[in-house]
Amino acid sequence: MLQKDTALSDTALENDTSASGEDGTRRDFLYVTTAAFGVVAAGAAVWPLVDQMNPDASALAMASTEVDISAIESGQSVTVKWRGKPVFIRNRTDAEVEAAKAVPMDELKDPQTDVERAVEGRENLLIMVGICTHLGCVPLGDAGDFGGWFCPCHGSHYDTAGRIRRGPAPLNLVIPPYEFMSETSLRIG
Amino acid sequence: MRFKDNTMTTFLTKTVATATLIVGMAFSGAAIAASELHVEEQDWSFAGPFGKFDQAQLQRGFQIYTENCSACHSLNLLSFRNLMQEGGPGFSEAEVRAIAAEVSVLDGPDSDGEMFDRPGRLADRFPSPWANEEQGRASNNGAYPPDFSLLAKARAATRGFPTFVFDIFTQYQESGPDYIYGLLTGYSADVPADVEMLPGLNYNPHYISGVQIAMAPPLSADQHEYSDGSPQTVDQYARDVAAFMMWAAEPHLVERKAMGFRVLIFLLIFAGLLYLTKRKVFASVKH
Amino acid sequence: MSGHSSSYDPQNGVMKWLDARLPLPRLVHDSFVSYPVPRNLNYAYTFGGMLSIMLVVQIITGVVLAMHYVASADAAFNSVEHIMRDVNYGWLLRYVHTNGASMFFIAVYVHIFRGLYYGSYKEPREVLWILGVVIFLLMMATAFMGYVLPWGQMSFWGATVITNLFSAIPLVGESIVTWLWGGFSVDQPTLNRFFSLHYLLPFMIAGVVILHVWALHVTGQTNPTGVEVKQKSDTLPFTPYATIKDAFALVVFFVVYAWFVFYLPNFMGHPDNYIPANPLVTPAHIVPEWYFLPFYAILRAVPDKLGGVLLMFGSIAVLFVLPWLDTSKVRSASYRPTYRAFFWVFVVVAIVLGWLGSKPAEGGYVIASRIFTAYYFAHFLILLPLLGIFEKTKPLPGSITESVLGDGGSKGGSAMPSGAAASPETKG
Repeated sequence: MLQKDTALSDTALENDTSASGEDGTRRDFLYVTTAAFGVVAAGAAVWPLVDQMNPDASALAMASTEVDISAIESGQSVTVKWRGKPVFIRNRTDAEVEAAKAVPMDELKDPQTDVERAVEGRENLLIMVGICTHLGCVPLGDAGDFGGWFCPCHGSHYDTAGRIRRGPAPLNLVIPPYEFMSETSLRIG
Repeated sequence: MRFKDNTMTTFLTKTVATATLIVGMAFSGAAIAASELHVEEQDWSFAGPFGKFDQAQLQRGFQIYTENCSACHSLNLLSFRNLMQEGGPGFSEAEVRAIAAEVSVLDGPDSDGEMFDRPGRLADRFPSPWANEEQGRASNNGAYPPDFSLLAKARAATRGFPTFVFDIFTQYQESGPDYIYGLLTGYSADVPADVEMLPGLNYNPHYISGVQIAMAPPLSADQHEYSDGSPQTVDQYARDVAAFMMWAAEPHLVERKAMGFRVLIFLLIFAGLLYLTKRKVFASVKH
Repeated sequence: MSGHSSSYDPQNGVMKWLDARLPLPRLVHDSFVSYPVPRNLNYAYTFGGMLSIMLVVQIITGVVLAMHYVASADAAFNSVEHIMRDVNYGWLLRYVHTNGASMFFIAVYVHIFRGLYYGSYKEPREVLWILGVVIFLLMMATAFMGYVLPWGQMSFWGATVITNLFSAIPLVGESIVTWLWGGFSVDQPTLNRFFSLHYLLPFMIAGVVILHVWALHVTGQTNPTGVEVKQKSDTLPFTPYATIKDAFALVVFFVVYAWFVFYLPNFMGHPDNYIPANPLVTPAHIVPEWYFLPFYAILRAVPDKLGGVLLMFGSIAVLFVLPWLDTSKVRSASYRPTYRAFFWVFVVVAIVLGWLGSKPAEGGYVIASRIFTAYYFAHFLILLPLLGIFEKTKPLPGSITESVLGDGGSKGGSAMPSGAAASPETKG
C-alpha cells in the first residue's frame, strides 16, 4: 500500500539540523528568543510565590506601642510587647549608669558608649529589644557577671547598658526606635 | 491529510464553541440565582481593561459614607490605613491620621486590667455602628443593614443569554456598583396599585429581593457639601458612594488590571514566538 | 513509562554513574524526549499536557494560599479577605487558584470529549480510560471541597446540599451524613476536615496521573485516524515536535486564563459567596459551580431522593464501562459518520443539561431535565452498543503515514473537501 519511502521523521530531522547559513541563524535567533521568553515567564511567576511570605500589609502597619513610664521606679524593669517581641524598659540606678559609663571601650566586643544607648538627659531609662543577639532567646534581668542581663540558653552576659561582655552573642542588645511623647509616656516603633 | 485537517478544524471550532457555552453557563446560573433583576449599565472610570478609580470620586464617596451611610452600615474589613494605599482614594498619611484620630477605639486591658478608649490609629479597623448584629437589627425594625466591605461584589444583576457571553469580551464586571447606583436612585413615591406596601417599608423597584426595602431613601439633594464643585445631586452622591464601595470590595482592582495588561501582552508575544518556532520545527515534516 | 526500546545514551561519566544506579534521566528521556508520538496529532491532543500543568499550578498556588488561610468557621471568611487585601500578591494567588479550578475543568472536558470523539477508550486503552475517570472523580471531590473553604453563603449551603446527598442511602444514610459533618450540621469540624482533604486529594490526583501517563505510554497514543502506529514513519519524537506544539497550545490557553484572572476574576464565581456563611438563611437559589451543573440537573430530574442520587452517580459510573458499551470495531469518529452526528448531539445534550442545572427546579425545566437525562443515558446504554452493529463505517487508511501523505491510496483517503487548507495547522 505504501508506494514510497515515508520515513519522513528521520530525514526531516536531518534536514533540520543540516540547515545552515542565514536561514539557520534566523532560526537560532527565534529559538533563543522563545526560550528567553520562557525563562522570563518562569521568573515572573515565581516572584509572587516568594513575596507572599514577606510580612503583609497588616503586619507592616502594625501600630506602635505606647507605654506609661511614670510607674517604673529606679532599679525596676518592665517588659512590654512590640511587634511580637519583648522590649525591656529599665529605669537604671545612678550606680548602674556610672558603672556602664566607666567601662573602657577596648573591653567591649561591640563598642558603644553608654550615651549612644540611652537618650541624653534621660539616660537612666534604657530601652532595648529583649532578644539575645546570639540565637533569639530572652535574657534574664539582674543576672550575669556584669550586673546586667544573662542569657540562659548559651551563656551570654550583658552589662548594665545591655552591651555584650562575654559569651557567644556577637552584638549588644538592640535599641528599637522610640521617642518620649511626654514626661511619662514613651512610644516605641 | 486533507481529511485529517478537516476533522480537526471541525473538532476545534466546535470545542471552542462548546467551551464558551459551558463557561457562559456559569454566569447564567450565577445571575439567575441572584434574582431576575435588571439594572442599567452606568459609565465607571474603573471599567474596562485600563480602568482606574477616580481618586476625587473615591474621596467624595468616602465623605458620603462617613457622613451618611456609616450611621447604620459597617465597613468591617477595612482599616484606616487602606485609605492611603495605592490605587485607593489617595489620602495623604497626615489626612488619614487625622481621620482615624476622630474615632475613639476601645483598647486594653491596661496594667490595671481596665479597658480604655483612645483615638484611632492607622492600623485600626473602621468602627462598626453596632456592637453586634442583634443590636443592628433591633435598631432597624429587624432589618440588619449589611456590611459595606464586599457589598459591591456580593450583588449582581441578571445578565441572561446571550449577554453573559458578550460580557466575557466586553469585560463587564460592574454589575455590583450598577445595582447600588440603581437602588439609591430608584426610590419612587408612585407605588403601583397592585403593590400593597407593608408598614415601615419603602417602595423601590430596583431592590434585589422584592420591591419593598426597609431602608428609607438615604440621599437627598444638597445634603452633603462637596468641596470640589461636583454637583450636589442624589445622582452624583449615589455614583460616588457606589464607586467607593467598589474600591472597598476590590482595593487591588487598579493594580490587577494594570498587571493584566502587561501579562497579556507578554503572553501574546510569547505565543507568537512559540507558533513561529513550532512552524520551523515542523517545517519539513508532513503531519 | 515508555513502551519503546530506550535510546538514552549518557554522555558523560556522571550521567553513566547515575544511570547505573537510578536511571531517572533515562526514564525522562524515554518518556518525554525520544518517546514516539503519532505524527498526525492535532491540537485536541494538547489538552492532556495542559492538564498536568494546571494540576501543578493549582497545587503550588494552593500550598501558598494554605500558608495564610485559617480553617475555622469564625475566621475562614476573613482570612480569605485578608489574603485578598493584605498578603503580598494575595489577590493574584487567590484569583489564579479559583479561576484555575474553572480552567482545569474546561481543559478536562475538552480532553474527555476528545477521547469520546476519537474512541480513545477502546481496546487496548480501557485501563487508561478508567484511570482518567478516577482522576475526574477526584477532581470533582477536590473542587467541591475547595469551594467550601472560603465559608461564604454558597460554600456553606453547597456543602449542606451535597453532603445531604448521602442521606439518601437507606438505613445508614443519616449516620453517614452525621459522620461526614462531625456534628449535626455543616460546621467547624466539617470545614476543618474539608480543608485537610482538599489539601490531600490533589496529591492523590498526581499519583493517579502518573498511572494514567504510564498506561498511556504502554499502549501509545491514539490519533485522529484511530489506526494504530505500525511503523517508524507513523511517529515523530516527542521532543521537539509534541513539546513545542503543547507549549504553544498551553500559552494560548494561558491567554484565556489570564483574561479571566485579571479582567473577569469573579465571572465564574457566585456573588453570594462574598456574603459570610449564615446557617440560618439559605440563599434564594443554590447552584453549584458551573462544572457540576449537568450532574446537578440529572440529580434534580428525578422526584425520588435516592433515585436522583443514584442517577447522578450513575451518570459518571457509566463512563467506567464505556469501553465495553461501544461495540464498534472502528475507533475514530472520523470514519464513523453516524456516530459523529450522535457525538455532537451528545455534546449539545450535555450543555443543555448544564443550562438546566442552573435553572430553578420547576415546571418545564424539570420535564426538560428528564428528557435530556434520559438521552444522556440512552447515548451510552442504547446508542453506542447498537451503532457498533448497524453503522456503516468509512474505509480506514492503511496507516497514519498514508493518511498524512494523502496520496497513499485513493481508497484510504477521504472524500472530504480540502477546506481546511487555510488553517494554520497545514502550514506547519
